[in-house]
Amino acid sequence: MSEHAEAYLDARQQAARQGQWRRLPLIHRQWLRWAIALGVVVYLILALASVEVNWARVAEGTSRGLRFIGAFAQPDFMSRSGDIVDGLIESLTMTLTSTVIGVMLAIPVGLGAARNIAPLPVYVVCRSIIAVSRTFQEIIIAILFVVMFGFGPLAGMLTLAFATIGFMAKLLAEDIEDLDWRQVEAVRATGASWWQTMNHAIQPQVMPRLIGLSMYRLDINFRESSVIGIVGAGGIGATLNTSLSRYEYDTSAAILLIIIAIVLLCEYSSSHVRRWTQ
Amino acid sequence: MPVSTSPHGIPVWRLRTTRAQWLQFGAWLLGISLFLLCWKVISDNTMWVFVEDAGRQGSDLLSRMMPPKWEYASILWKPMWDTLNIATLGTALGIVMAFPVAFLAARNTTPHPLVRSLALMVIVSSRSINSLIWAMLLVTILGPGVLAGIIAIALRSIGFVGKLLYEAIEEIHPTPVEAISATGASRLQIMNYGVLPQVMPAFAGISVYRWDINIRESTVLGLVGAGGIGLQLNASINTLAWNQVSVIFVMIFATVLVSEWISARVRHAII
Amino acid sequence: MLTLSGVTKRYPTGDRALTDIELTLPKGQVMALIGPSGAGKSTLIRCVNRLVEPTQGSIRLDDVELTRLSGSGLRKARRSMGMIFQEYALVDRLTVMENVLSGRLGYVGFWRSFLRRYPQDAVAEAFRLLERVGLPHAIDKRADALSGGQRQRVGIARALLQSPKLLLVDEPTASLDPKTSRQIMRLIRELCAERELATIINIHDVALAQQFADRIVGLRAGQIVFDGRPDELTSDILTTIYGEEDWDTSPESVDEPESDPTPAQYERRDITGAMASGVAP
Repeated sequence: MSEHAEAYLDARQQAARQGQWRRLPLIHRQWLRWAIALGVVVYLILALASVEVNWARVAEGTSRGLRFIGAFAQPDFMSRSGDIVDGLIESLTMTLTSTVIGVMLAIPVGLGAARNIAPLPVYVVCRSIIAVSRTFQEIIIAILFVVMFGFGPLAGMLTLAFATIGFMAKLLAEDIEDLDWRQVEAVRATGASWWQTMNHAIQPQVMPRLIGLSMYRLDINFRESSVIGIVGAGGIGATLNTSLSRYEYDTSAAILLIIIAIVLLCEYSSSHVRRWTQ
Repeated sequence: MPVSTSPHGIPVWRLRTTRAQWLQFGAWLLGISLFLLCWKVISDNTMWVFVEDAGRQGSDLLSRMMPPKWEYASILWKPMWDTLNIATLGTALGIVMAFPVAFLAARNTTPHPLVRSLALMVIVSSRSINSLIWAMLLVTILGPGVLAGIIAIALRSIGFVGKLLYEAIEEIHPTPVEAISATGASRLQIMNYGVLPQVMPAFAGISVYRWDINIRESTVLGLVGAGGIGLQLNASINTLAWNQVSVIFVMIFATVLVSEWISARVRHAII
Repeated sequence: MLTLSGVTKRYPTGDRALTDIELTLPKGQVMALIGPSGAGKSTLIRCVNRLVEPTQGSIRLDDVELTRLSGSGLRKARRSMGMIFQEYALVDRLTVMENVLSGRLGYVGFWRSFLRRYPQDAVAEAFRLLERVGLPHAIDKRADALSGGQRQRVGIARALLQSPKLLLVDEPTASLDPKTSRQIMRLIRELCAERELATIINIHDVALAQQFADRIVGLRAGQIVFDGRPDELTSDILTTIYGEEDWDTSPESVDEPESDPTPAQYERRDITGAMASGVAP
């Protein structure tokens, strides 16, 4: 192999001396290069062929699309203001409670999912909770919870809390797994108990990021709370869904603008909180 | 100072000063009352009769899901293929659009501050709106089908890829860029030689990461009619065929695990 | 060939980096620019190829007024001014050959450079330069796989591939060890002589400057305070440039170019001294 590489380099040097030079190929083996290119082309053809487009329907929808874009120029906040406010309050309360509950539950799960402080059985259980919570979209969980707990914001809140557990616990566990172990040992060396170790060695190292992540998750939960209403789990999503199916685009535009504004506000304030805690 | 002197003249050490303590106490009080208030709103809007019934409902659901109706899997291959296509083509389309937007949004490559704020606005609106909402909008415009799903995923991906990419662009080393401009290179050549090689690994990583997220998201787009396995899910739920739903769940779970594994492998190889 | 007159640079913060610089550089002359950190050496060099915009004054290269150029005119002027940087400023993820060829960007169109289809003579010249700086075997290596001295050689090859009339060199040895520093300076010196390039070298190290330059210009607080031959540089003049210091009894500065009088090093020395004498710092 090294002989081959040397010969190759020698050939390239000779060529460069003559003024012939091409960029080094990203993939060295030529057949593999062609195989990958061919694979991509074949996939694109197959995939695009399986996309069926009903052009008559698209043409019909175009005017609706234009109307919708036009609605952003004059969004209608007023005519459904009652519904919008109710939906918003539900969304915001769901966001807050689910984040708080989710983070509180995520802490023990995260501790359990960190290989360096948890015993193996606990580790396996906690990791599978995380896997299940992360794999399924919030909306699927919401469907199940709506069946179990009935329509309304409670199902939504539980959904978001469940999703928060998976998200936070995974990141928290990763954080704990690569924290600075010398500090932990230093505290242990003073004769501290397990709880004291947690409190004095691990918590200070993990806390700033935990707060930052919670703020980030608050932001995500708000965005998610705007969709789980579609399956009946409460929030602004239900209002949006109704307005869209009634073709009241000016109201939908208003709701979307409100969502964008709140997300912006969330992001702005969370960056402040993060700077403040660090 | 955290160290003060007690009435007996013995120095007392406290973690924080009293004023900070009060502030912290106030913040906790405020937070807890806000939480309780929110809880009350939710509790008022909840039919607690149903909730008391939740355990029985849950076990009922579980018993109907079990055993899964495995033969149903045979008609799921086509929807699954559609789901993969929605995710992959949507990601590709989103990346193609996000790439220029990111360069326009990064402080060090934008041609004009006005263009920059416009690009940032595109990124924010794309990020704030969930792909399911995009799908809902597009279904009313384009009609139900895979196309609406692809475009919904693409529109949502612009914001995600665009934001992470423009942050990566803003963090590049400025000296190679300076060196390339000193050779008399044009603007595009500076981007191509000075900026692009520096952000390429980040860009590839972000794209694969988004593809992985998009697989997950495209499994549910069918709930609003935008194609893929979500259509089957919706149909099975509406007919209360829970033993089919469990088959769909297993398939989604497997697909997501595989895509997550692929994305982790690829990102590992890049970095 | 290069004429600066009345060049002044004021930063938006109000700091005056350069005041009324008058300087003429004939063809083939190697000029070293010395002065303490923050004296405006880097700013002066960057004003010439307009990486920094001068506030006032005129800079002429042959018959071209550089300060008035923009767009393609500026690009054309820049390609006749090669620049070598302190931290090498190579693009790490490109190969050595790509880095050298990027010196040719001012001459080729976008698509050619994007597809890396450089003209035959450019490639042959790039390879000749790589042989000249002693790195022909590294053409396909990535720039971040090289050592500091090797990177600086690639940087030199890149600057020379521009076929410049003028070479701007910004602290070429500040990140290198003493031996490599000498080799690099010698290489620059030889290449300038071969191609009769006018050269401005910013340099911290007075000993290196004296050894390798034809002419030395001292800068202090944005003004020229000395302009003359290397042998005219006495300790009195060094005092006007750098401030009070015992210039004659510094044997280290001959073999150890890194040890110019920066405050940090003196501090460190003070502390070690204090600890050695058993006094708690």
